[in-house]
Amino acid sequence: MGKKNNIWVYLSLAFGGLIFAYPFLWMMSATFKPEMEIAKIGLLSANFNLENYRAVFDKIPIGRALLNSVFVSSCVTFSAVLFGSIVGYALSRLQFWGRDLILGVILFTMVIPFQITLIPMYILMVKFGWVDSYLSLIVPGMISTFGILLFRQFFLDIPQDLIDAARIDGCNDFAVLFKIFFPLSKPVIITVGILSFMASWNDVLWPLIVIRVRELMTMPQMVTIFKVGGQAEGQIGSQLAAAALLAVPIVIVYAFFQRYFIESMATTGLKN
Amino acid sequence: MNKIFDKIKSGNKTGYLMSMPYVVYFSVFVAFPLAFSFFLIFHKWNIITPMEWVGLRNFDRLFHDMQFLKSIRNTLVFLAIHIPLQISVALFFAIQLNKKIKFRGFFRALFFLPVIVSGVVITILWEQLYSYETGLLNLILTRFGFARIPWINSPEWAMPSIAIMATWKNVGLYIILFLVGLQGIPGYLYEAAEIDGAKPYQRFFHITVPALNNTMMLVVILSTIGGFSLFIEPFVMTGGGPMSSTLSAMLYIYNQAFYFGHMGYAATMGFFFAFIILIVILIQKKVVERD
Repeated sequence: MGKKNNIWVYLSLAFGGLIFAYPFLWMMSATFKPEMEIAKIGLLSANFNLENYRAVFDKIPIGRALLNSVFVSSCVTFSAVLFGSIVGYALSRLQFWGRDLILGVILFTMVIPFQITLIPMYILMVKFGWVDSYLSLIVPGMISTFGILLFRQFFLDIPQDLIDAARIDGCNDFAVLFKIFFPLSKPVIITVGILSFMASWNDVLWPLIVIRVRELMTMPQMVTIFKVGGQAEGQIGSQLAAAALLAVPIVIVYAFFQRYFIESMATTGLKN
Repeated sequence: MNKIFDKIKSGNKTGYLMSMPYVVYFSVFVAFPLAFSFFLIFHKWNIITPMEWVGLRNFDRLFHDMQFLKSIRNTLVFLAIHIPLQISVALFFAIQLNKKIKFRGFFRALFFLPVIVSGVVITILWEQLYSYETGLLNLILTRFGFARIPWINSPEWAMPSIAIMATWKNVGLYIILFLVGLQGIPGYLYEAAEIDGAKPYQRFFHITVPALNNTMMLVVILSTIGGFSLFIEPFVMTGGGPMSSTLSAMLYIYNQAFYFGHMGYAATMGFFFAFIILIVILIQKKVVERD
């Protein structure tokens, strides 16, 4: 053991770090390069410019797509936290017949693969008239079953005395939840928030199915269509620029809150 | 019946009120689609014209559909490369990160970066890395005197290439899960083994690996689900080609439903793949419980 061993540890980590970081650096540098200079190993160029980004903004309403994504993901996150906490509270702190049944149903639905419900869900959207509407992007994501379970688990450990004291002060259950439980629940709120936001922000398959008009497309969908639909005209630089525009906002948020991201996403491991 | 009614009446009213959002959500977005899916698999339907009852013909078609069988084969190829690669790479870096070193948080955050970035970004980026003439990987290979590899241009390499990319994207999550597992192993086990004269590789195979059994099962389960959900990577990168070699299960369902309008048939495939996933999970669970 000792110093000599540690050198190998650092070397292997540095090598690994390079493998994970370099492609991103290469991508960022390529977005500023002229098309002819992209096929190089190195990152630098004397001809850095913004042409690739200009091409993206000229060809697709990417700004609108960004706003759509922010709006949809915010609604989904807000309601997943709101309803997750409400249902989680009922399932952990209130006594009523059927409670264990609901809990059992939730655990059961968690193992249902989405492949089985995808087609009927699309048909449902058609019948509701929600195709090409924000509703199809938001409403099915408004409740996170995993979120309910996380809130329930967290609320189970909050001492009953706090509830009893609040009851004496005349609080009903909603007041107990929002005034007493919420301030104590920061970690679980952050976890459910990040998980819901990431799931909604990165989803492509569902938007591809239910949204056809460009004005309502989410950012990942718009970037996908830009690439697959041929509007990028095979221009590597502008494809990468569109991808960079999709990646950068989330990477910036991640840079500040990486600990929360890692901890939240590691809890998905406990799901099974 | 009355008894249940009495029980409901005596229960906490707010409890029912607060559970309502889930009950409504479950009925509309889980129970109904499940039931409707079971109904659809016996029908032929393109949403526009009336439904047509076809009995078990969708299933019959399934087992004679070469493309469908190919998509299963492709998924198995993906998993055969993705799972071992993911476990070995994740375990290697988790062990390095578990040592007393500086910059641990930095490396952890770096390895995790691709996990949070959208699959669309990763795929567009890797399509360029894999490009035959101009891609970064082939540029590096030729720089060192190796021949170019037709990463996504040949049927043999295309699916393995996607599996490598998927590993690069996801491995950060599994590094963290293995790290959690490693930190749960008491240090005295290693000390005792060292006193007994166990060599490093013996300590690895007799202490580390068994202690991480559950985490490995988790990786296998999550990767299996991921394999059967593989969609955006082939959709963006190869469109399922060359020669259907990257046609994934999910991509085939998507094409059948939204390109050809075969709702009943697509639902049947979804049903079938979900069934496979559940069986795999059940087998894994059994294996874990037996240990």
